Amino acid sequence: MGCGTSISTEPQGRAMETEEASSPATPSPALTMKAAILIQGWYRRYMARLEMRRRYTWSIFQSIEYAGEQDQLQLSSFFSFMLDNFTHLNGSGPDLISQLLDPVVDPWLGRETCYELIPVAESYSGPRISFPLSVSHTNSLVNAFKEHQTLHARYALQLLWETKKLLKQMPNIVHMSTSYAKEITICGDLHGHLDDLLLIFYKNGLPSAETPYVFNGDFVDRGKQSTEVVLILFAYLLLYPNHMHLNRGNHEDHIMNLRYGFTKEVMQKYKTHGREILQLFQDVFSLLPIATVIDSKVLIVHGGISDQTDLDFLNSIERQKVKSALRLPRRSLEEPDVSRPYKQAHGPRPGSSHSRRQRPGAQTKRKRHRGLSRQDSGSSSSSSSSSSSSSLCSSRTPSCLSPRPCSSPPPPPVPFSVDGLQVPFLDSLASLPPPSPPRVEREWKQMVDVLWSDPKPQDGCTPNTFRGGGCYYGPDVTQRLLRHHGYQLLIRSHECKQEGYEICHGGNVITIFSASNYYEEGSNRGAYVKLGQDLLPRFYQYQVSRTTRKLTLTQRVRAAEGSALRALQEKLFSHRSELLTGFLPFDHNNTGFVSVSEWAQVLETVLRLDLPWRTLRPHLARLAPDGSVEYLSCFDYMGPGLHLPQVTPNLAETLVRYRTDLELIFNIIDKDHSGLISLDEFRHTWRLFSGHLGVALDDGAIDALARSIDFNKDGSIDFTEFLEAFRVVHKLDKDH
Amino acid sequence: MADDRERAEILVTGVHKRINDAFQVFDHDLNKTVDVREIGAIVRSLGCFPTEAELLDIIDEVEEPNGFICFERFLPTMSKILMENKYRPIPEDTLLKAFEVLDQQKKGHLEPNELTEYMRQGDEPFTQLEMEEMLSSAVEPDSNLIYYKDFVNMMVLDGER
Repeated sequence: MGCGTSISTEPQGRAMETEEASSPATPSPALTMKAAILIQGWYRRYMARLEMRRRYTWSIFQSIEYAGEQDQLQLSSFFSFMLDNFTHLNGSGPDLISQLLDPVVDPWLGRETCYELIPVAESYSGPRISFPLSVSHTNSLVNAFKEHQTLHARYALQLLWETKKLLKQMPNIVHMSTSYAKEITICGDLHGHLDDLLLIFYKNGLPSAETPYVFNGDFVDRGKQSTEVVLILFAYLLLYPNHMHLNRGNHEDHIMNLRYGFTKEVMQKYKTHGREILQLFQDVFSLLPIATVIDSKVLIVHGGISDQTDLDFLNSIERQKVKSALRLPRRSLEEPDVSRPYKQAHGPRPGSSHSRRQRPGAQTKRKRHRGLSRQDSGSSSSSSSSSSSSSLCSSRTPSCLSPRPCSSPPPPPVPFSVDGLQVPFLDSLASLPPPSPPRVEREWKQMVDVLWSDPKPQDGCTPNTFRGGGCYYGPDVTQRLLRHHGYQLLIRSHECKQEGYEICHGGNVITIFSASNYYEEGSNRGAYVKLGQDLLPRFYQYQVSRTTRKLTLTQRVRAAEGSALRALQEKLFSHRSELLTGFLPFDHNNTGFVSVSEWAQVLETVLRLDLPWRTLRPHLARLAPDGSVEYLSCFDYMGPGLHLPQVTPNLAETLVRYRTDLELIFNIIDKDHSGLISLDEFRHTWRLFSGHLGVALDDGAIDALARSIDFNKDGSIDFTEFLEAFRVVHKLDKDH
Repeated sequence: MADDRERAEILVTGVHKRINDAFQVFDHDLNKTVDVREIGAIVRSLGCFPTEAELLDIIDEVEEPNGFICFERFLPTMSKILMENKYRPIPEDTLLKAFEVLDQQKKGHLEPNELTEYMRQGDEPFTQLEMEEMLSSAVEPDSNLIYYKDFVNMMVLDGER
């Protein structure tokens, strides 16, 4: 061939010149070596980039997840608002809401044998169980669920009743010993991932006297097979009460279930008896033990601890009184003053940064729920004050007969920050004068701390403002508690970890998480840990693969990344107005462009998500030729519903932002689970919701929207379709 | 003159922020340090492609005695690298030619064991894990062959994101 074709002109000497002397058919060994090394280097660089993408995908998922959990407080206060303001929804009144939130025990349900009245049709082909359970029953349950069958309501109710009876006999802190069996297996969050549970049983063995298990909470919510997971766990609990132990997690909580999917799943699978089943679940959840201790050396709880955790006190409380972490126990009217100091609370708390990462330097204090603040100024204070003082001024109490409660002393003039409202149970406890909080609240705080806290690397104990409940506890807090009880290890769950587990606090704390692919296919492994008599942890990891052909790492990262980016794009879109306000100071002339730094700064401030914005920029916004960011391109979304003429930008933004909450409310209203609600119900709910949020949308727009969605003009709306129309798809997304 | 200086300042700030971003992703304990083993990923994520040997040089410059790298020392070194445009990526056709060299019979593809043999050569041979990972993306499942042109295409496209 002609003159040596140099392949590259890299000055660093990576040029590969073909040697003129060698024939093209057999390159010299030296050349081959060079080629091989080049390929090695290139591949390693590629993998490093992939790793970085995997990391920031992870950051996106995590920060959005925790940000989402804050929103549930808003929903909780919305329900309280609805309860307290008593609105009739098609004549069935607040019974719908209160049934789910503050249920009066149905006398029918109160009789244990209620389930006997439920007939089981001959045609029912699912598993039939009887009590006491035997191994053949649990086997048939597992097999049936594998085949996607549903357990008949009669058996489900009976199973729950038996579980309730059993749990009543158990203490709050259960003790286990490794002397019975070789090893105890401890599993973390499952979140309705039946595949993961089955994989664990397959790898590790079914629960038995030889294979004891501890399941550390969060069996339900998020995943699609929460019912199956939790029923299997309860069945094994009944079968082997001494070798199968379940701890309560923060998702074993009926209000969390409303938000995160378990309630909906049960209502869909059990159309006739869903409500009774949910009622029983609520009882059973609150009866689950709080902690397990192995060999008096290893403490297992779902979240963690705080510097005030007192295990002896914890063991003495009546755990079933704490039905939900999101509703502060109603105080009796004899202690009316207790709530007042909460509102007088100190202004911005020094430690309350919203960022999970507790960054040095003050975070700008923003009104997290602007709707709530408008609510405050608009109507009276306590109507929006969620649980903490709702017992004082609700429509239930004799002194307040109108929806605008409290003619009693007006709230103190101190303009307490809205944060004081959005973390009701947090603030309330933080501002109580030290010596004697009422016992009921102390009990509640102890429970919440144990179920909601997260470890942090720095010493000390700070309120977990990101989650809105519990604490961040440092290595010193762990050390102190372990030493106090003579324990050597704390095993907890509650946080998703890429490898399925993580060790921190110098080996004192293990996080174990058993739901693989939690955020997205390929996002993380699941794991379980085994302890033998030596109490040395041995970890076992796994990952469920939905496709029969194994996905490559590249494919998995790409899929997860796509999903994370879409979620992030939605976040941007749903905060459009706030972001535009943020860009204004940097773009006086309204050109539509800001620098990359300014763009990143605004996003960080408004969204309060600690993410590498500059790295993510290419997926989120377009650049002008001069390198500045065309910030309106962040909001270039496509979604069928977004093009309806009635949908103003404001409305679109609200719909995207609160889609999950709206879905939840629709599900509650949709009594017969048909997926359809009437126009009236739609309008009514929407007005309530936007009234609570303080979103200014005129009725005309809502009506027009409702009518436009009612495509077949029969007066009912398929709300699933409606909500689907507000899923966002970004124009910059190359896949679209 | 002042304009140039201003522009230069803005440029430098931008570079610093990029480095900060990349560093942060790997800074688990939020104390402005990263494990030395993460440096490769950080540098590569910023678009630079040093060899392992070149990477070791970088590490030598910035590593602390305790095996960590702190941001203050990393920033100037990395800024220099970015400003000087060092360690640029390999162009696609170079890569392709490298594969063609390995494909001695000019078949247009490689067998898995052929590629494995090559990747296990050199001063820094692939580990078993690396090999498995590469094969899982590179091998076309039905034919059990590596069509390297497609492979390169796919990886290069992906890398551009």
